[in-house]
Amino acid sequence: MKNLKAIFLIFSPLVIGWIALFLGAYKVNPLMVLKIILNEVFHVFNLRDSAEKAIIIDIRLPRVLLAGIVGASLSGSGVVLQGIFRNPLVDPFILGISAGAAFGCAITVGFFPHWSIQLNAFIFALLAVALTYFIARTQGEISRLPLILSGVIVSAFFQALVSIVKFLVDPHKLQAIVFWLMGSFSLADWQTLKIAGLGALIGLLPVYFMRWRLNVLSLSEEEAKSLGVNVKRERLILIVFSTLAVATATSVCGIIGWIGLMVPHLVRMTIGPDHKVLFPLSLTAGAAFMILADTISRTITNFDIPVGIITALTGAPFFLYLLKKGGKEAWGK
Amino acid sequence: MLEIKELWFKHKGQKEDILKNVSFTTEKRRLTVILGPNGSGKSTLFKCITGIWKPYKGSILADGKEINKLSHLERAKIFAVVPQEHEPAFPYSVFDIVLIGRAPYVGLFSSPNSKDYKKAEQALQILGIYHLRDKPYNKISGGEKQLVLLARALAQEAPFMLLDEPTSNLDFKNQIKVLSKIKKLAYEKGLTALVTLHDPNLASLFADKIILIKNGKIVAEGKPEKILNEKLIEKIYGVKVRIVQNNGFRLIFPILETSCINKPLEAQK
Ligand SMILES: Nc1ncnc2c1ncn2[C@@H]1O[C@H](COP(=O)(O)OP(=O)(O)OP(=O)(O)O)[C@@H](O)[C@H]1O
Ligand SMILES: [Mg+2]
Repeated sequence: MKNLKAIFLIFSPLVIGWIALFLGAYKVNPLMVLKIILNEVFHVFNLRDSAEKAIIIDIRLPRVLLAGIVGASLSGSGVVLQGIFRNPLVDPFILGISAGAAFGCAITVGFFPHWSIQLNAFIFALLAVALTYFIARTQGEISRLPLILSGVIVSAFFQALVSIVKFLVDPHKLQAIVFWLMGSFSLADWQTLKIAGLGALIGLLPVYFMRWRLNVLSLSEEEAKSLGVNVKRERLILIVFSTLAVATATSVCGIIGWIGLMVPHLVRMTIGPDHKVLFPLSLTAGAAFMILADTISRTITNFDIPVGIITALTGAPFFLYLLKKGGKEAWGK
Repeated sequence: MLEIKELWFKHKGQKEDILKNVSFTTEKRRLTVILGPNGSGKSTLFKCITGIWKPYKGSILADGKEINKLSHLERAKIFAVVPQEHEPAFPYSVFDIVLIGRAPYVGLFSSPNSKDYKKAEQALQILGIYHLRDKPYNKISGGEKQLVLLARALAQEAPFMLLDEPTSNLDFKNQIKVLSKIKKLAYEKGLTALVTLHDPNLASLFADKIILIKNGKIVAEGKPEKILNEKLIEKIYGVKVRIVQNNGFRLIFPILETSCINKPLEAQK
């Protein structure tokens, strides 16, 4: 039964990705979608260039893949953050990492156009998570509520900084900055896809190999130490790499919240909390979830609604549900 | 063998020593119990041994080796710690928890291999809790949890086992069960078990050796029947007791000021 669920989660991004490719303002036959993609990869059918082909290959496919990569990055780092902070109520958005990264992007576009957006996003995301960590770490172990509160503070702080940048920047660049605050895949192309893919790979691969350690690190600090774990060092490694994935994701599509909170929970409810399985399945489920959210955001109305709105509309009630369910425990240590 | 020699410890920035010139030894295959009132320094002693509190004066030798400079990883291969309270943030299965005991042998970028899985399964079998394997750890009883943590310590394959108040949350039966298991494990697996307890009767029943500690100082050490006498217990706990013997068992019970035993209080008037 568990295996069946796991298989379902593994293949979910493929199925949902396929559905996402044929849905949209321009309807494409589902089988034709498969044919076009097979042709693109293996050159088997000798298809002629057509509007359909252009829409699938140049517009929808990069967008679906980008959503998948970003979804995997965000929920993967959600698993990491929840694990090392022993706190099921956090994700990169709540801890201010996304806001830090967005600020890095905004100042690059606004004032330092020759610098690397991803590098700045990474630097400020790291700064944000470090701030959150040290504000929350008053005495010894970090407890749940202080961590969330300091995340909220840091997030608000960096969003305010982005607003200052918006205010100061030349109006032509304003639109790009607004984009980082909303979260959207509408600018996806093969170039951004390469960047996001590389960031996700570098960020998530080491975490993938360390995933079982998360079981140990999710114990109390003292206990993890007594099991031979260098807690500070391993936490640092995991935070740096998952922050890299989040920063790159944010640099290509803006702030998208809540998904890193929801997906790990949903997967944990389906197959259990063992990080050895939880982490990889959260990557695929996160990809599927994000593709689904993006597909909804571009097909539900005639406009391309920023996907961040969709995830927030589902995420906030989900957070409340977790609080209610966890009761006192959720707020406790 | 664990040798503690002239150990002094105080917390950073504080004047008073918490451990004062503590020296004792414990032996392989034996269960050594540390007995002492609240705040006497038992947990502090454990934390010095496991490297949580540093630095201390004096020396701690495990099989002749000074452990002061060891890393957490090296320590974890020597000492298995059974924590008293343990609430994982996530509802891991019993097996996941036991497998975590293999952490010192699993590389930073890898996961447990088939050998680790086997060791974890064996540990469950040895403690007779294999049937709990797939149950969520947070849904089993306190006594079962303690056995699971013992299994984890066993999977850790460390020659020394440290248990801080392993019986404090357990009912009568489970206290006996858990201590019997610890004693048996120590004997059969050739481990050195060091346990803190609060109940002098349990200590006298199970300990091969008792170390009495008060205010960070060792008051007495030796076999239970040798050192547990009425005077010493009164000195340590400030409670008058009487010791009765029956079939070689010794029972320590308090002499209460008001003789309210077995009677409602108003009957005394
Ligand atoms: N982190 C700390 N900082 C300063 N003093 C401490 C700290 N932890 C414990 N102490 C003090 O050290 C002394 C010994 O405490 P310890 O916890 O070792 O006692 P214990 O024998 O384990 O008591 P119990 O039986 O209640 O568990 C106490 O006086 C306590 O107040
Ligand atoms: Mg104690």
